Amino acid sequence: MSTVMFVMSLLLACAMIASAYVALRGQSLSMAVLAAGAVSLFASVMFVLLAAPDVAMTEAAIGSGLTTFLFFFVMGRVKGGKDD
Amino acid sequence: MIKKFVALLLLAGLGLMFVGLLLGFTPDQVLNTTASYYADHSVEDTGAANIVTAVIVTYRGLDTLGEVTVLFLTATIVSLILTQPRPSGTPIIGVAEKKALSSGELLQTGTRLLVPLVLLFGVYVFVNGHLTPGGGFQGGAILASALLLLLLSDPTKRFNHRLISRVESISGILYVVIGVLGLVLAGGFLDNRILPLGAFGTLFSAGAIPVIYTLIGLKVGAEFSSMMVTLSESRDR
Repeated sequence: MSTVMFVMSLLLACAMIASAYVALRGQSLSMAVLAAGAVSLFASVMFVLLAAPDVAMTEAAIGSGLTTFLFFFVMGRVKGGKDD
Repeated sequence: MIKKFVALLLLAGLGLMFVGLLLGFTPDQVLNTTASYYADHSVEDTGAANIVTAVIVTYRGLDTLGEVTVLFLTATIVSLILTQPRPSGTPIIGVAEKKALSSGELLQTGTRLLVPLVLLFGVYVFVNGHLTPGGGFQGGAILASALLLLLLSDPTKRFNHRLISRVESISGILYVVIGVLGLVLAGGFLDNRILPLGAFGTLFSAGAIPVIYTLIGLKVGAEFSSMMVTLSESRDR
């Protein structure tokens, strides 16, 4: 693995950890859902760097795309939470 | 206090385990036996340029059938729970309120521009699954995301449930029929050599793999779509 690739994956790993922290500790629920989607997005770029484009496509389409909106649909249905 | 201490202790133990694993990790210099078999023989066995597809659709075809079944069960359960008959006489709340909330010019125009392209890209991904990265699951998810875009731009839009479930069940049945045909005509269940392998690297090659992946793509797309459509429509109650 070349130095550029190493630095890029290090940055991606830091970004993943940062967005995961936001997802756990963030103020609002929708912010947390978006941050969880961002974790998936960074993970899919990481999969491309690790030479697994098939997994990357699945992660990008399902993990960061559909799942995020599924969360929003469900949040629209379970209205009335206290810390919404 | 003691609870926190136990949690910290557990975390420290877990961290120690991972550090041990990390320090003892050396990347494999050669492929293991199974992987090297796939790398050496997948071209002559299946004719697929993408080894990942060869493994998913033929060598481990039964697992893929199981995965598709799990997804089917999930979609079925979602629609079973969410589509309960509305008590007669209750007014449909929400539709009028939704009409007032327009999704905006940007999203509507963007959707009109993007949906055909996204659909085309999804079909491209699963039809070329044996040549390029991607395949039925990815292509199906991309098809469903086009539908999601339509739903976002117009939440009151209604989709044809009957059509979605027809597509889903017909492609599922055809998938199993092709699997059984492989048992009769070729070497085993879901063997792709029921059709000629063709010239390596062209669209019509690799036997039944493009057919199977097209069916999986349609099935997965229909399942995700039905899940989203049911979730978005159930808000009317």
